[in-house]
Amino acid sequence: MTGAVKTKKKSLSWERRKRIVMRVIYHALVMGFGFVMIYPLLWMVLSSFKPTNTIFTTAGQIIPSVWTLDNYANGLKGFGKIPFMQFFANSLFISVTATIGTVISSAIVAYGFSRTRFRGRGVLFAAMLVTMMLPAQVLMVPQYLWYQKLNWVGTYLPLIVPYFFAVQGFFVYLNVNFINGIPRELDEAAKIDGCSIYGIFLRIIVPLLTPALITSGIFSFIWRWDDFLSALLYVRSSAMYPASLALKLFCDPSSSSDYGAMFAMSTLSILPVVLIFIFLQKYLVEGIATSGLKG
Amino acid sequence: MSQTQRGTRPKRRLTIGQWLNQEHVAGVVCTSPFIIGFLLFLVVPMILSGYYSFCDYDILSAPEWVGLKNFINIFTSDAKFVKSIGVTFYFALVSVPLRLIFALIVAMILLRNTKLTGLYRSAYYLPSIIGGSVAVAILWKRMFAIDGTINVLLQSIGIDSHFAWLGNTKTAIWTLIVLAVWQFGSSMLIFLSSLKQIPETLYEAARVDGASSPRQFFSITLPLLTPTIFFNLVMQMINGFLAFTQCYIITQGKPMNSTLFYTVYMYQQAFEFKHTGYASALAWVMLLIVGAFTGVLFLTKRFWVYDEGA
Repeated sequence: MTGAVKTKKKSLSWERRKRIVMRVIYHALVMGFGFVMIYPLLWMVLSSFKPTNTIFTTAGQIIPSVWTLDNYANGLKGFGKIPFMQFFANSLFISVTATIGTVISSAIVAYGFSRTRFRGRGVLFAAMLVTMMLPAQVLMVPQYLWYQKLNWVGTYLPLIVPYFFAVQGFFVYLNVNFINGIPRELDEAAKIDGCSIYGIFLRIIVPLLTPALITSGIFSFIWRWDDFLSALLYVRSSAMYPASLALKLFCDPSSSSDYGAMFAMSTLSILPVVLIFIFLQKYLVEGIATSGLKG
Repeated sequence: MSQTQRGTRPKRRLTIGQWLNQEHVAGVVCTSPFIIGFLLFLVVPMILSGYYSFCDYDILSAPEWVGLKNFINIFTSDAKFVKSIGVTFYFALVSVPLRLIFALIVAMILLRNTKLTGLYRSAYYLPSIIGGSVAVAILWKRMFAIDGTINVLLQSIGIDSHFAWLGNTKTAIWTLIVLAVWQFGSSMLIFLSSLKQIPETLYEAARVDGASSPRQFFSITLPLLTPTIFFNLVMQMINGFLAFTQCYIITQGKPMNSTLFYTVYMYQQAFEFKHTGYASALAWVMLLIVGAFTGVLFLTKRFWVYDEGA
């Protein structure tokens, strides 16, 4: 970039023109590639407003020539006499409860790791890192067997209860990193003022930890909202389906070939996440930057 | 250690409040949710499935001890196991490096600050935020259908394409790889923030010494990024080995098992064929394979990862 600037002062206008051309090429390429990146999503969202019988005949045309909301009306009727809104309500309930559990438990555990020294701490911390590297999929069979022993299969318990026990190392790690950055002098001052170890957590750490709590909350909500595997394993009655599972069954060729309604419900199902993305992107970016940087 | 001893030294009775307020007690209290959760939702299930992996078990009837039979069958007479291991490794070893390379290239391009950079960053990042959803999986399935968007777009530029992307054993896996690479956004953000932390003085010094741009990239940028690359490589490889949802919805392992991911195979054994004992053994084998692979990655670390501490 700077190599071109260095050459000579002689033809300044030529230099400037060249730089403008370069800049236009740069933006055209980056913008074009960006368009390719979001094209699939645009196509899905805009197709949901096309009359359902024209979606594939006009698949090459991205803007609908006739706009309609029929697909949304049809999709929201749901299936098996259960309106689709019920599935969204289920998803919301599961995601919010599990997220509350994750945020609270991860913050407390992280405080313990960051601010106290006790026997076994090193081993525990290593165990936490292991859970961070151990995805849910490898545990699907073992956990299923265990939840079956506990008689939890067919309820929401496997989708909610574990999250109150800080089982996702990622969130603990994120909070530990954040708490490590809070000056210990604050703790000392509060201790001198008679604050207990738990009081320090509630009065000093939690207020300062808010950004990390929000970041954890957002990531947890998105992951729980998108979660498909545990719903597939543990939820049995269709009235209890979360949106992800309902969407999958809705789209099985045997049950429906109404692609318009399918795209409409798909669009609605990603809407909460997209809204979070638009309005809270700052926290997402920070979360990724602070937790993904170091090994 | 010293704190622990200091805490227990006073012989006089402590009130409950005082006892709880000792550092070594508070530490255990605060981390107790994790201790309980780790034992209850991780250790116990793993031990339980460890036991079942040595049994003939179908959930309905009582488990019957068969020793190493499941493991012997897995390694000697299960063609689908071999196939799924191959598919899974292929997927992870192709998609993860591709995604990281993509992420790094785009991050370098977006390093230049313009008024539109924020917008570009969002456009590239969005797919990785929603990519794991069922909605996107369904969308992908429709896009690569015979009458789907991809073929229609190809036709509109004059290529008469009626190709069954999902029905061909060579291309089906690539629809999943493309989907994975498409979600390079979060790695891109990580690279962006590491790139910004590289001190500009290093580049200035290199320019004074007459180093070309490629030379600067290979001698400064890349070495300083290796810790970030390593961390992402490990995490994403593990997740790549254990990908489930997208394969389960888009291809179901078809055609001819050419996209049969290990996790999908394990799911089939456990929940469709009800071979629970066998599936438990599969879970343990996968855990050991992933563990071994991660271990090997860590062993290679000192040969190519720049050590910040040195």
